Amino acid sequence: MAVTARKPKAPFRETNRVIRPGETYGGIDDAILTPVLANVDKTPAWWWIGFTISAAVLVVYLVSVVKLITTGIGIFGNNIPVAWGMPIINFVWWIGIGHAGTLISAALLLFRQPWRTTVNRFAEAMTIFAVVCAGLYPILHLGRPWVFYWLVPYPNTMGLWPQFRSPLDWDLFAIGTYFTISVVFWFIGLIPDLATLRDRSKTKFQQFTYGILSLGWNGSTKAWQRYQRAYLLLAALSFPLVLSVHSTIAMDFAVAQLPGWNNTIMPPYFVAGAVFAGFAMVLILAVPLRKALKFEHLITLRHLDNAAKLMLATGMIVVYGYFIEIFTAWYSGVEFERYMIWNRMFGDHAIFFWALIFCNFVAIQPLWFRQIRQSPWALFIIAIIVSIGMWLERFVIFVVSLTKDFLPSSWADYVSTVWDWSLFIGSLGLFSTLFFLFIRLLPSIATAETKETAFHDQHHGSDAFERARMEYFNAEEPA
Amino acid sequence: MSDSQLDLTQIRARLANQEGPDYWRSLDQLADTEEFQVFLQREFPRQAAPMEAGLERRDFLKLLGASMALAGLSACARPPLAHEKIVPYVKQPDQITPGKPLFFATAVTYGGYAEGVLAESHQGRPTKLEGNPDHPASLGATAAVTQAQVLSLYDPDRSQAYANGGTASTWEDASAALAGALAALPNGEGFALLTENVTSPTLASQIEEFLGKYPAARWYQYDPLHPDNAVAGARLAFGTDATAVHDLSKAAVVVALDADFMNSGPARLADARAFADARRIRRSTDTMNRLYQFETSPSNSASLADHRVALKPSDVAALAAALAAALGVQAPNATRPAAVSNELFDALVADLKANQGTSVVIAGEDQPPVVHALAHAMNQALGNVGKTVNYLQPAAARPAVHRDELTALVAGMNDGTVKALVVFDANPVYTAPASLDFASALAKVPFTARLGLYPDETAAAVDWTIPQAHFLETWSDARAFDGTVTIQQPLILPFYNGKSAHEVMAALNGNATAAGYDIVRNYWKANVTGSFDDFWRESVYRGTVAGSRAAAANVTAGAVTAALPTAAPIELKLVLDASLLDGRFANNGWLQELPKAFSNLTWDNAALVGPATAEELKLETGDMVKLSSNGRDLEAPVWVQPGHAPGAVTLALGYGRTHAGKVGSGVGVNGYLLLDHTVSGAAAATVTKTGAQYELASTQMHHSLEGTGERRYIVRSGTLAEFKEAPEHPHFVHPVAHHEADLYPNYEYKGYKWGMVIDQTVCTGCNACVVACQSENNIPIVGKAQVSKGREMHWIRVDNYYSGSIDAPEFFHQPMPCQQCEKAPCEPVCPVGATVHDSEGLNVMVYNRCVGTRYCSNNCPYKVRRFNWLQYAELATDATEMSLANNPDVSVRSRGVMEKCTYCTQRIATARIDASNEDRKIRDGEVVTACQAACPTQAIVFGDLNDTGSRVAGVKASPLNYWMLEELQTFPRTTYLAKVKNPNPALLNSEGRG
Repeated sequence: MAVTARKPKAPFRETNRVIRPGETYGGIDDAILTPVLANVDKTPAWWWIGFTISAAVLVVYLVSVVKLITTGIGIFGNNIPVAWGMPIINFVWWIGIGHAGTLISAALLLFRQPWRTTVNRFAEAMTIFAVVCAGLYPILHLGRPWVFYWLVPYPNTMGLWPQFRSPLDWDLFAIGTYFTISVVFWFIGLIPDLATLRDRSKTKFQQFTYGILSLGWNGSTKAWQRYQRAYLLLAALSFPLVLSVHSTIAMDFAVAQLPGWNNTIMPPYFVAGAVFAGFAMVLILAVPLRKALKFEHLITLRHLDNAAKLMLATGMIVVYGYFIEIFTAWYSGVEFERYMIWNRMFGDHAIFFWALIFCNFVAIQPLWFRQIRQSPWALFIIAIIVSIGMWLERFVIFVVSLTKDFLPSSWADYVSTVWDWSLFIGSLGLFSTLFFLFIRLLPSIATAETKETAFHDQHHGSDAFERARMEYFNAEEPA
Repeated sequence: MSDSQLDLTQIRARLANQEGPDYWRSLDQLADTEEFQVFLQREFPRQAAPMEAGLERRDFLKLLGASMALAGLSACARPPLAHEKIVPYVKQPDQITPGKPLFFATAVTYGGYAEGVLAESHQGRPTKLEGNPDHPASLGATAAVTQAQVLSLYDPDRSQAYANGGTASTWEDASAALAGALAALPNGEGFALLTENVTSPTLASQIEEFLGKYPAARWYQYDPLHPDNAVAGARLAFGTDATAVHDLSKAAVVVALDADFMNSGPARLADARAFADARRIRRSTDTMNRLYQFETSPSNSASLADHRVALKPSDVAALAAALAAALGVQAPNATRPAAVSNELFDALVADLKANQGTSVVIAGEDQPPVVHALAHAMNQALGNVGKTVNYLQPAAARPAVHRDELTALVAGMNDGTVKALVVFDANPVYTAPASLDFASALAKVPFTARLGLYPDETAAAVDWTIPQAHFLETWSDARAFDGTVTIQQPLILPFYNGKSAHEVMAALNGNATAAGYDIVRNYWKANVTGSFDDFWRESVYRGTVAGSRAAAANVTAGAVTAALPTAAPIELKLVLDASLLDGRFANNGWLQELPKAFSNLTWDNAALVGPATAEELKLETGDMVKLSSNGRDLEAPVWVQPGHAPGAVTLALGYGRTHAGKVGSGVGVNGYLLLDHTVSGAAAATVTKTGAQYELASTQMHHSLEGTGERRYIVRSGTLAEFKEAPEHPHFVHPVAHHEADLYPNYEYKGYKWGMVIDQTVCTGCNACVVACQSENNIPIVGKAQVSKGREMHWIRVDNYYSGSIDAPEFFHQPMPCQQCEKAPCEPVCPVGATVHDSEGLNVMVYNRCVGTRYCSNNCPYKVRRFNWLQYAELATDATEMSLANNPDVSVRSRGVMEKCTYCTQRIATARIDASNEDRKIRDGEVVTACQAACPTQAIVFGDLNDTGSRVAGVKASPLNYWMLEELQTFPRTTYLAKVKNPNPALLNSEGRG
C-alpha cells in the first residue's frame, strides 16, 4: 500500500481509538484464538524454550520448599534482629506486582477506559500468579508452616481465636480475599471467550474442556446482560482491593514501633509503590508478548504509553514518600528515627538506598518524553529497572531498618543465603511457568471485549477512518 | 551381618578420629549414608521420623545430641526385661516427692579452693547448682563457671573406661598395676605423685600416710589455677606462708593492681559481695567506696572503677613501687609510668593516707611476686592489717609455688630419677609451660598412670587411665580460701564407674576396695571430738564444717628489695580464660558459647591488643598475627580491645586443645605454647602480622554509646556529686523529657505484680546470670556458625558498652532480660496470641501456640526474644544423657518457635503452690529468679511490686530508677538503677566527671 511520504510530527494522536483501525470481529478471533487452539505440534519453539526454562526454575522452587520444611527456616539468612528477611521482601514485592492487574481490570473498567480491554486479561492473570507467588511466602517463612491455619478464625475445640489486633491476621484476610475475588473476576471475564473457543474447537478434548469451562454460555442477550452486570459488580468489589490489600500489608510495618516502619504514610505509599511495580511488570510482560504473539495491532503503542504514564505518576508519588520519610524523621527530633535515615543513606547498606533512588527516581524521568513512552524496548528496560528498584525499596525499608534499631548491642548484619535466593528465583519460575501455560491454553486478550472496540472509526465516518489508518501505519515502530 | 550394616563399634570408629569442626561434618556425612539410615531404622525406628529432624544436623547442638545418642548407647542396656520383675514403690521413699526437687549442700573447687553450692536434684538427678549462703566463698552466689558444671557432669565425652595403653581394662587391673609399680620401687624410690592444689584434709592425710609408708616417694603439685604469685609474694614479704583475706565491706578506698578481684581467684564471690555492699547506692545520702584500677586489659572489676588507667604489666609493677615509696614503704626504685598523671597519683596517695585502716591495696595474680609483696607492705603501712586485710594460715595442705614444683618434677623425669608417675586430675601435657616440654619428659617415665575426668592430652600420653568421678558423684572434702571445710556429698552414682582421688590414693595405700564415703568419714571420725553423727549430719547438711576457718597468721612485711620486672616494647600477658579457666572446661558448650565480657567473643580466644598498639602495627580485629616470646611462636587472631594498655598483648589460656572432646578440641589457639616456666608475670614478645584473616564470632557488634548518631541514653550514669546536687530527680537519670500518657486505662493488678530491678552500679558483667538462666531454662547452645549469624539463644544477655575515648573508655555492663513490658509491643502483633499478658503482669510466651512469624521480635525494642531457627534442642525422640541436665519444670522448645525470659515463671508457680498449700501469700524473697540467685553482687532484685514492703519495691523507689527506652511507653517491669560512680572530688574535671 502506498503511504504518504509526509510523516506526522507527533507519532501518535490522542483519540478514543484503542486498537488498530480496520480490525474485524473475525480477524480479532483469528488473531487471538488460533494460537490457543493450535495442535501441540504447532506450538512455536519460543514457547517450548520459555516453558522449559520456567519449569526448570520451578524445580528449584520445589527443592527449596522441601529443604525449608524439612530443615527449618534457619536455612535463610535471618537472625535476631533481622527476623524478617528476603521472604518478606519477596512477599511484598510479588503482592505489589499484582496490583496493576486489578487496577487495570477493575478500576479502569469502572472509569470507562476502553483501552484496558486488550491488556486486562493477561494483567489479571499476572495478578493471580503474583498473588500465588506472594501468598506462599508468609506461610513458608513461618517457623512452623504446617500450623499456618491457626491464623484462620475457625471454631475449634480449644476455643482459641486468632489475635485480631495483629496486622498479620489481616494480611491473611486481605490476601485471601484478593486471591478469591481476582480468580472469580478473571474467570467470569473468560466465559464468553471460553465459549468462542468451544465453538471453534476442532478436537473432542478441546470441545469438552472448553465446553465445561464456558458453563453453558449461549450468547443470548439475556446471558450477555447478566454477564455484564456480574462483571461490573465484581469490578466494584475488586476496586477497593487495589487500595485495601496493600494498605493492610503496609500496616504490618506501620503498626510496629521500629524506626523506619512506624510511619503513618506507609499505606498510601505502599499502594502507590504497588501500582508502580505492577505497571512495570505489565510492561515487562506486554512488550515481549505482543511481539511473540503478533499482537501489535491489539496491544498498541497507546497501551504502552498509558501504562508508562501511570508508572511515572505512581513512581513520583513513591519518590514523594521517600522525601516525606526523610523529612518526618528529621522533623520528629527522635534520635532513633534520625539515625535510621542516616543509616539508610550513609550506613553499611547505603549502596542499596542510592541504587533504589536511581532505579525508582532517576530511571523513570525519561518517561516524561513521549518518544520514550512509545519505545517498547526502552519501556521494557525501564520497567526492569523499576522492578529491581521496588525490590531494593523493600530491602531498605524492612531489612536495613531492622539491622540497627534502638539498642546498639543488638545491631547485627543480615547476609542472605543461597536458599534465600533459590526460593526467590524459584518463585520467578513458578510465575513464568504459570504464565506460559496461560498464554498457551487461554486467550491472553479478552476477545469479546476487544471486539467491542473494533470498527471504532467507522462511527466517525469513512474519511476519518482512512486518515487514522494512514497515521497509524506511519507511527508503527520499525519491525 | 552384611557389609552394608553398621554397628556401634564401627560408628564409634568412624567418629573417633574426627574432632572439632571436622567432626560435625563427618557426622553429617555419616548420617547421610545409607548404612546409617539402615542402622537408625533398626535401632531407633522413631528417630527416622518423616521430618528428618534427627538427620539434618547442620548446627552444633543437634550434632552434640547425635554424639550422645551414640556415646550413650552402651548405657542404654537396662530395659526392664520380661524375666526381671520390676516392683513399684509400696511406700514412698523418705524425702522424695515426685515433682519436688531437693537441694544438697556440696562444693565445687577451682584450683583446689571450694566454693559452696546447693545442688538441685530432681528425683536423684542433679539439674542446677545454686550458691550456698552459708559458705564463705559463695554467700549464696555462684560464678558463671559453676553454673555450667551440671553440663560437664552429663558430658558424654568424659572418660568412660579404664585402659592400659589402648586396651580396655578394669579397676582391679589398674589398681593391681599401681600396686605392682609401687612394689617394684623399694621405699617408693622414684615414685612420684602429681596432684593439683590439695586443700582436702582427707586427701592430704592420705598422701601423708602414703609418704610415711614410702618415704622416698615424692609428691608434686601443679595447678594452673593455683595463685603461685600470691604464694611467692607472701613468702617474699613475710618469709613465711600466709593468705591475705580482704574485708572489702570495710574499705572506703580500694586500689587494684592488675587485680580482677571480683571475678578471679578463690575469694572472688566473697570480695564481689563485700565490695558491692560498700558501693550500693539508693539515696544520695548513702556512702560509696572508691576503686582505683591499674591494669592491662579491661577486667570485670574495672567496670566499677572510679579511676582506671591502662598500663602494660611492667608499668603496673612500676606504679606499685612508686606508690609504695610514696606511702613510706621501702621499695625498689621505679619511675611512675607516664600514663598515670601527677594529679591522679597525688590524689590517690592523699586518698589512701586519708583512709588509713579503711583502704586496701590488692595485687593481681598476673603480677609477679614482688608486686604482691609491695601490696602487703602498703597495706601494713596504711594500717589496714587486721581491718580490711587479715592474714590467715594457708588453706592449701602444702603451700607451694607450683611452677617450681613442676620444674623439679620434669627434671626428675628427664634424668630418670622418676620411674613411676601417678597424675591426679592435672593435665600437664596440655597445661605445662611449653618450655618444660612435659610430653617428652613423660615419655621417659617407665610407668605412668592418670586419674582424670576426660580422655585428654595427658590421658593419651600415659600408660594407665582411670576414669575419675565428677564432684557431683563423689564424697570428698575441700577448703575454701579462708580454710573453711566443706564435706562434698554426691548426688548421683558415678556414671562410668569412675573413682575419686581418695579411692585411688587408698589403693596406693594398700586398700583398693575402700569406698570414698568411708574414707572421708573415717578421716573426720578420727579428727572430731564429741558426737560424730551430729557433727557429720550437721556438716554435710550445712555444707560447711563449723569452726574450720583457718587460724590467723601473725606476719609482718619487711622491706621489699626484689627486682621489678623489666619492661619490654611489647609484653605478653597469658591469663586464665574467664570461662574455660586453664582449659579444663573446654568441652563445656555453655561456657564455650558464653560471650566474654567486653568483647562478647564466643568459641575462640583472641590476642587482645589496645587501639594504640593496633594502630602502630596496623592491626584490625580478625587479623592473624604471629606472637613470638622466648623463642616460641604462635599464630593467633587479633581482637582490638578498647581500653587495653598500649605495648601489651593479652591472650587467654585454655583454648587450642587437641583432646578436649567433641566440643572443645580445635577451638581457639593454645597459649601454653608461649608460656615459660621461668616467667612469673608477663613476658617480652613480638607481634607480626601474617596477612591471614580469621572469623571471630561475637554476639555484639557495636559497643559504643556514641558514634551512633545522637547519644542514646541507654545506660544512664552519673557521679555521686551529681546525685547529691539533685537528690530527688538527678538529671543524669532522666536526660530526656518523659511523660506517661496512654489512651487506654491501666490494668489493675489485684494479686501479685512481679517486677525486677537491676542495679548497674554494682554489675560487673561477670555473666553468671547468663549461664544460670541457661541452666534453669534449658536454653540450647547453637555453635560458632550460628552465633556468627546472630542466632545465639541466651535469654538474658549482658550488653557491653564503651563511652569516651577508645584508649581509656568508661565501661558499662547492662544485663538485658525480657523487660516484661506492661504495654508490651510484642503482644498485639502476634497473629495467634502466642504471647500474652497474664494476671500478674508477666508477658508470657505460649510455645505450643507459636507459629513462628517472628513479628514479636521485630517489634521488640529490646530485642530480647530468641527464635529456634533450627532444631537446636534435642528432640524427645533422641533423648540422651545431655537431656538429663534439663530442668523438668521448663518446656524444651522445638524448631520454629519463639522463646524468651519468663521471669522464671516456673519458680513463681512453685512458690504459688507452696503458698496456697499453707494458705498464705507468697512471701517477699520466696521467688528468686535464676539470674538473681547467681549474681555475686546482688545487682538483680525481684519481687512483688504490689507488696509495698518488698525489697524490689523499695529499690524501685530510688531516684536512680529508670526504664529503658521510656519514650516508647512500653512501661517495662524490669527497670534499671542508673550507674553511679564516685570519682575522687580532687580529680573532677570541668564536666564533673572523673
